[in-house]
Amino acid sequence: MTETTTATAGLVEPRVDQVRPRSRRRSLALRVLVPLALFGLWWLLTGTGIVAPNVLASPSATASAFWNLVTHDDLLGDIGVSVLRLLVGVAIGSALGLLLGTTSGLFALGEELLDSSLQMLRTIPFPAVIFFFIVWFGIGETAKVALIALATLFPMYLQASNGVRNVDRRVVEAARTFGLRGGRLVGGVIVPLASPAILNGLRFSFGVGILALVIAETDNANQGIGALLYQAYSLQQVANLMVCIILYALIGILIDLIVRLLERQLMPWRRQVAVR
Amino acid sequence: MTAAAMVEGVTKAFGDHQVLRDVDLRVDAGEFVALLGASGSGKTTLLRLLLGLEAPDTGRALVPPVRTTVFQEPRLVASKRVWRNVVIGLPRATATRPVALEALSVVGLAKHADAWPGTLSGGEAQRVALARALVRRPDLLLLDEPFAALDALTRLKMQGLVADLVGRYRPGVLLVTHDVEEAVLLADRVAVLKDGRIAVDQPVDLPRPRRVGGPEFDGLRDRFLADLGVVVAD
Repeated sequence: MTETTTATAGLVEPRVDQVRPRSRRRSLALRVLVPLALFGLWWLLTGTGIVAPNVLASPSATASAFWNLVTHDDLLGDIGVSVLRLLVGVAIGSALGLLLGTTSGLFALGEELLDSSLQMLRTIPFPAVIFFFIVWFGIGETAKVALIALATLFPMYLQASNGVRNVDRRVVEAARTFGLRGGRLVGGVIVPLASPAILNGLRFSFGVGILALVIAETDNANQGIGALLYQAYSLQQVANLMVCIILYALIGILIDLIVRLLERQLMPWRRQVAVR
Repeated sequence: MTAAAMVEGVTKAFGDHQVLRDVDLRVDAGEFVALLGASGSGKTTLLRLLLGLEAPDTGRALVPPVRTTVFQEPRLVASKRVWRNVVIGLPRATATRPVALEALSVVGLAKHADAWPGTLSGGEAQRVALARALVRRPDLLLLDEPFAALDALTRLKMQGLVADLVGRYRPGVLLVTHDVEEAVLLADRVAVLKDGRIAVDQPVDLPRPRRVGGPEFDGLRDRFLADLGVVVAD
């Protein structure tokens, strides 16, 4: 006994920093914890009268305003119009950004031709351009979708060009020696390997796209969530304002779900890879 | 004799797979122990237990407070210059350039102190990793197949360097490897891990400095190879 104690004197058990995997239910509970707490706080502040109803509408007032808008004002039509504008705009803008970014990431010539110009254009605040678009395209759908497309082009361009540039050269080299060329090399190896960055670009694009949606719709529109938002502001309808803002948040969650789904589908090899 | 590392009755399973079964192992202070094992024998798991990267299911692994590691790959921080990599994590007062330069000159890389890790060759980067491990003056040095990714010539040089430095600083060393010649060349004692148990624990009584070859060396090598299930032709 004494022999072992002197022998192990000064030795310690290493501290194990292991993250135990949480169960799915507990993980889900943790994810909804903060939103629920915020909702509770909202309820508490408005329900107890700490915050006056003409400053912030209570959950129940918001719910009845929502129902009113659905039954009397075709709110669902407004939502459909807005979501469609967003999706079409983001699709066009991020497809262009992906094309330009991949070109600039792949070829030195593309980088020389495109990069400085796009970096310059990127710094122009896109809301400033909407008046041009109205002059060119009128006040119809085209101007709105074009604004969203323009706004979402740049984040996708930046992420895609960076992602393509950072693809492991050694893997590309190996693929070349096995005879992969041109479209098969780009589409089969380079773009998939750059897809983490590209999907990040999609997230950024959606984020900027929803901003562009608000600007495009509040400036001149008779349909869409933005139009409703502007109307609610003009008429001081606090509950309707709240409905619009919650709708934007829900669209944000929808977008996040879409991107997560794409990530699962496009990058099965990245599942469960995380720095812990 | 005090110990530099002590493994007592350790078992470890991953799911249904029993990796370590009641393993006892002791490394004395200043002793160089090589742990041999085939792929999947549990040798890396044992090392990870000593590093505190895994917790044992039963038993315990004891290590000194100052212990360092050289991994199979250099694992240098690409965004820090070589000398800053060497003193990474040291207390601010000792994380100085002179301290790093001294450690780098020991491994023959003082002139690369300001290089970026990405510009080094594999062998150079691994020497930086060795300097990073030794600059802390560890009581226990854990080596996880540190020569496996090197080319044959660089490996020979690295093995000589490690033998020389360990002889000079005398930390307890646990070298995990599947290279039998490397184990016989460097270790005072060789343990063979088989099916999650220490199957063999054998001192290597060859005079130093050692070189590969000779009847005694070959005899030990063939014996350990046989323990690992490799039959050598006569």
